[in-house]
Amino acid sequence: MAAAAAAGPSPGSGPGDFPEGPEGEAPERRRKAHGMLKLYYGLSEGEAAGRPAGPDPLDPTDLNGAHFDPEVYLDKLRRECPLAQLMDSETDMVRQIRALDSDMQTLVYENYNKFISATDTIRKMKNDFRKMEDEMDRLATNMAVITDFSARISATLQDRHERITKLAGVHALLRKLQFLFELPSRLTKCVELGAYGQAVRYQGRAQAVLQQYQHLPSFRAIQDDCQVITARLAQQLRQRFREGGSGAPEQAECVELLLALGEPAEELCEEFLAHARGRLEEELRSLEAELGPSPPAPDVLEFTDHGGSGFVGGLCQVAAAYQELFAAQGPAGAERLAAFARELGSRYFALVERRLAQEQGGGDNSLLVRALDRFHRRLRAPGALLAAAGLAEAATEIVERVARERLGHHLQGLRAAFLGCLTDVRQALAAPRVAGKEGPGLAELLANVASSILSHIKASLAAVHLFTAKEVSFSNKPYFRGEFCSQGVREGLIVGFIRSMCQTAQSFCDSPGEKGGATPPALLLLLSRLCLDYETATISYILTLTDEQFLVQDQFPVTPVSTLCAEARETARRLLTHYVKVQGLVISQMLRKSVETRDWLSTLEPRNVRAVMKRVVEDTTAIDVQVGLLYEEGVRKAQSSDSSKRTFSVYSSSRQQGRYAPSYTPSAPMDTNLLSNIQKLFSERIDVFSPVEFNKVSVLTGIIKISLKTLLECVRLRTFGRFGLQQVQVDCHFLQLYLWRFVADEELVHLLLDEVVASAALRCPDPVPMEPSVVEVICERG
Amino acid sequence: MEDDAPVIYGLEFQARALTPQTAETDAIRFLVGTQSLKYDNQIHIIDFDDENNIINKNVLLHQAGEIWHISASPADRGVLATCYNRTCCCLDSFVALGKSAAQLLTALATSSDSKVLTCAAVWRMPKELESGSHESPDDSSSTAQTLELLCHLDNTAHSNMACVVWEPMGDGKKIISLADNHILLWDLQESSSQAVLASSASLEGKGQLKFTSGRWSPHHNCTQVATANDTTLRGWDTRSMSQIYCIESAHGQLVRDLDFNPNKQYYLASCGDDCKVKFWDTRNVTEPVKTLEEHSHWVWNVRYNHSHDQLVLTGSSDSRVILSNMVSISSEPFGHLVDDDDISDQEDHRSEEKSKEPLQDNVIATYEEHEDSVYAVDWSSADPWLFASLSYDGRLVINRVPRALKYHILL
Repeated sequence: MAAAAAAGPSPGSGPGDFPEGPEGEAPERRRKAHGMLKLYYGLSEGEAAGRPAGPDPLDPTDLNGAHFDPEVYLDKLRRECPLAQLMDSETDMVRQIRALDSDMQTLVYENYNKFISATDTIRKMKNDFRKMEDEMDRLATNMAVITDFSARISATLQDRHERITKLAGVHALLRKLQFLFELPSRLTKCVELGAYGQAVRYQGRAQAVLQQYQHLPSFRAIQDDCQVITARLAQQLRQRFREGGSGAPEQAECVELLLALGEPAEELCEEFLAHARGRLEEELRSLEAELGPSPPAPDVLEFTDHGGSGFVGGLCQVAAAYQELFAAQGPAGAERLAAFARELGSRYFALVERRLAQEQGGGDNSLLVRALDRFHRRLRAPGALLAAAGLAEAATEIVERVARERLGHHLQGLRAAFLGCLTDVRQALAAPRVAGKEGPGLAELLANVASSILSHIKASLAAVHLFTAKEVSFSNKPYFRGEFCSQGVREGLIVGFIRSMCQTAQSFCDSPGEKGGATPPALLLLLSRLCLDYETATISYILTLTDEQFLVQDQFPVTPVSTLCAEARETARRLLTHYVKVQGLVISQMLRKSVETRDWLSTLEPRNVRAVMKRVVEDTTAIDVQVGLLYEEGVRKAQSSDSSKRTFSVYSSSRQQGRYAPSYTPSAPMDTNLLSNIQKLFSERIDVFSPVEFNKVSVLTGIIKISLKTLLECVRLRTFGRFGLQQVQVDCHFLQLYLWRFVADEELVHLLLDEVVASAALRCPDPVPMEPSVVEVICERG
Repeated sequence: MEDDAPVIYGLEFQARALTPQTAETDAIRFLVGTQSLKYDNQIHIIDFDDENNIINKNVLLHQAGEIWHISASPADRGVLATCYNRTCCCLDSFVALGKSAAQLLTALATSSDSKVLTCAAVWRMPKELESGSHESPDDSSSTAQTLELLCHLDNTAHSNMACVVWEPMGDGKKIISLADNHILLWDLQESSSQAVLASSASLEGKGQLKFTSGRWSPHHNCTQVATANDTTLRGWDTRSMSQIYCIESAHGQLVRDLDFNPNKQYYLASCGDDCKVKFWDTRNVTEPVKTLEEHSHWVWNVRYNHSHDQLVLTGSSDSRVILSNMVSISSEPFGHLVDDDDISDQEDHRSEEKSKEPLQDNVIATYEEHEDSVYAVDWSSADPWLFASLSYDGRLVINRVPRALKYHILL
C-alpha cells in the first residue's frame, strides 16, 4: 500500500491525461498498476523487487495481501496505534481510496472506445466479401471456354506433326547414306593424311551397315571400295608397325588400330612380342657392352640404374601395353606374355649377376646395397604386373644370393685380417731388438691384435647391416628378417669367424715342424691369451652386439655363447699346453746336450756350476717374465715365506744323506730300490706333459717338469765317475736354488731333482757324494 | 668275464733289456738283462706258467757288464746276443768281472784310463736252462750259472753297439748290429763261435750321427732292415747295404724304437721323445698313416703283436704301458674274416653283423702297474695274448690282452 501511495501522487488527475504524468513517470505508474492487478489475480510478481521483503502474504492485516481481513486490521489498528496515528492512517486511507476510484474509471473508458472501433471494422468487411464472390464466378466460366478452344487447335495440328517427324527421319538416313557414299574418298583422304585413327573409326562405323546391306549392289560397291582401302590401310599400319622405328606407345597404337580392323589377334600378339623382344634385346646388348671387359665398367649403381630404366622400364611398357591390347586373349595370352617376360628376365638377371659378381671383390658395401635396392625396387613394378613370370621372386633370390656371397666375402676378409694381424705380430716378434730395449711389449701386441680384430668385426657388421636397413626395399623380405640375421650374420659370419680363428690358432699346435720352430713361442702365448680373453668377455660382447644390431627373431637354432666359449677355452688351453711343450723342449734340448756330450767318467772335481745350468735358470726367468706379461700369477701351494732356505738345507743335508747313504753300502743292493720305491709310494705320480691351467705358475711348473724329467732320463743313460756324480749334485742343487720360486709346489722340484741325483748315484760305480756344505758354497759362489 | 690280474716279478737291479725267447713256441719265456755297475749283472730267464699263474725264474750271470740290449736267436733257443757296457775306471768291477778280466785289461790298455764302451757278444746259455727247467725259484739263485761266450762282435773298429738284431726267419746265422753310425752285418759261422763281418754301411753327415734302434723286416725275404737315428727313419737293403728309403724328421724329437707290421709288408710303427707313436707306409714317407698321442712322456718301445697286428703295445717313461687297437690300419680292417666253408648260418649272421659295425681305433687298456719309467715291452713268442713290460726299477709285469677283446678278435 505504501508503494501504491508513493506511485499515485496525483489522485485527482483526469482519466484522459494520465499518459502525460506531471513528472513524466507514466510508464512506471502503469507498471505499478499492472503489478497490483497481477497481485490480485495471484500471479507471482517477479518485478516486485522494490518492495520491502517480508510481508507475509497470509497476514490478514496486510492491506495488499490476498487474505486481508478488514475486521482484524481494524482491531489491530485500534489496539496498537495511538490516536494521532489512527488519524493519520484514516486520512491516508481515504486518499488511497480516492486514487483507486479514479484509476478504475480510466480503465472503463479505455475499453469502451476499443469495442466501438472493432464493431465498425467488422461491418466494412462484410461488404467487401460479397463483391469478391461475383468475380470468382466470372473467372470460372472464362476458363471453360479456353479449354475448349485449345482442344480444337491440337486436333487440327496432329496430322502435320507426323509428317514433319517422318521427314526428319528421312533426312538422317540420307546423311548416313551420304557418309557411306563418301566413305571411300574419306578413307583415302585419311590414309593419305596419315590420320589412321580417324580412318579406322570411320571404317568401324560403316562396317556393320555395309555388312548388313551387302546384297544391294550399290552398297556392295562401296563395301568393296572400303575393303580395298582398309586393306591398304592395314598394310600401311603393318608397315609402320614392322619398321619399328617409332617408340613403344606408337606401336601399341598401331596394334590397337589393327585390332580394331579385325586383324587376327594371335598373329598380332606374336608380332608385337617379337618387336618388343627386339627392342629389349637391344637394351640387353647395350648392358652387356657395359659389362664387357674392355671399356672401364661403370660402377654398379650406374649399371643397375641403366638396366632399371632401360630394360625393366621397357619391359613394363610392353607388359602394360600387351595386357591392355590383348586382354581379350584370356589366360593363353597372359601365359605367352609371362613366358616372354620370364625368358628376357632371366637373361637380364644373368647380366646383372655377372655384373654383381664383378663387384664381389670390392669393398664398398653401401654402393652395392644401393644398387641392389634400385634393382629390386625397379623389378617390383613388372613383378606386380606379371605375377606369373616370377620376376620379383627371381630378383629377391638374386639379392639373397648376393647377400650370402657378401657374407662369405666378409668372412674371408675377417680371416685375412686375422692372419694379417698374426703376420704383424710375427714380424714384431722377429724384429731385431735394439740393445737393452724390449720391442713392443707382448701385452701391447695383444691389445693391438684384439682391438684390430674387434674393429674389423664391427666394420663387417656395419657393412652387412646395410642389407637390413629400413629404407632398403628388400629388407622386409622374410629372408632378410630371419635367416639372413641368424644363419647368415650370426652363425655364418660371426660364429664362423670365431671358429675359424680358433682353428687357425689350433693349427699352430699341430704344425709338424716342431723342430723348425715355425711358430715363435711368444705367438703361441699371445694367441692363447687372446683366445682366453675371447672366452671370458669378447665372444659374449660380439654376440650381444650382433643380436642387438640384427634382431634375431626366428626359430633357427643358433650356437649358444657357452659352446663358443668352450671352444675358445679349449683352444687357449691347447695353445698354452703347446707353448709349455715348446719351451720345455728348448730347455730339455739344452739339458740333454749338456748331459750327452760330456764325458762324465773322466770329469774333474766340480769347482762351479756348469754354465748350462745358469743358462737354464736364465731362460726360465725369461720365460717367467714373458708369461707374466700376459698371465696372472696363479696360486702357489702355501708355504711359509722363508721356507726356501730351510728346505734347501734339509734337502742337501739330512734328507739327501738319509736317502742315499744306505745305498752306498755295498752289502745292501736291495735298499736302493726299496727306498726309492717306498718313497714313490708316498709321492704322487708326476704327469709330465699334463694340461696346464691359465696362470703363470702352472705354465712354469709345466716347463720345469718337462725339463727336469728330461734331465732324469738323460742321466740314466750315462755312467758317472765320482766327480761326475758330484757335478750332477752341484748342478741339481743350483737348479733347486733358483727354480723353486717358479713352480706351484716346490716339493715337485725337490722330488724330481732328488730322483736325478739318485739316478746319477746309481749310475756311478764309485758313488761318493760331495759334502752338502761344499755344494752350497759352490752354488752360492756360482 | 674277469681278466686275470697281472703277474709282477721284481728284480734286484735296474733293468732295461727284455726279450721273449724267440725260438721257443710252446712255453712263455722272457729274458731280462739287468744293469748294475757295482755287482755282477744277470740274465733272468722268466718262465710263466699260464695255467697256474706262477713265475719260475732262472738266473744266469752275465759278468761282462751291464746289459743295455738283449735279443734271442730265432733259431736256437739257447743262443742270445747282448749289448753291454764295459766300464774301465773302477777296480771293484774288475774284481767282480772275474773271468773276463783279462779282456777288460786289454780294453783298458787300448782305451784311455776311464771310458765306457758298449760291446756286443753272442752267448749260449747252459743246456738245461734252454727249455726252462722247473726248479723252485729259491734255490736257483744260489746256484747261479754262467753264460758261455760264443763270440764277440768285434767292435775295435766301431765303438758303442746300440743294438743287435737277428734275421727274423733265418737259421740264426745272420746278425745286424748298430754301432754309432755304422750298420754291420755279421755272419755267424761254425755254430756261432765265430762272427765274420759280412758287410757294412755307414751314415755320413754332419754332426755325430748315432743309431738308436733297428729292426729287421720279416718281409721281402728278410732283405730289409730299418734303423732310427735322431729323428730319422731309414730303410736298408741287406744285400747291397744301401739305403732304400728315408723318413726325415719322422718324429719331432729322437726316435726311440720302431717295429714292422708282421702281416703288412710296408707298414712300420715308430715311437719317440715327442710322446707319439706313428705308423708309416714305407711307400709313401711324406706323411704318417696314423699318429697316436696317448703317452705323456717319451715312448721307448713299440711292438706289434706277432699274429694280430691290430694290437700295438707301447711303453713309456711316464710309467705306463698302453695297448692300442689299431684295427683300421691292420691287416684285418674288417675284423676276422671267416672262411666260407666252415661257417654255419649263425656264424654267418654274426660275421655279417661284425663287418657292419665300424671298427675303430682305440686304446684298449692302460697298464699302470709300474712306478718307474718303462723301457721295454714285448709280446710273448708263444702266447699271442700275453706280453711283458719292464721298468727301470726292475719290475717285470706280465699282462694279458683283455678276454673280451680276445674273443672279439677270434670269433
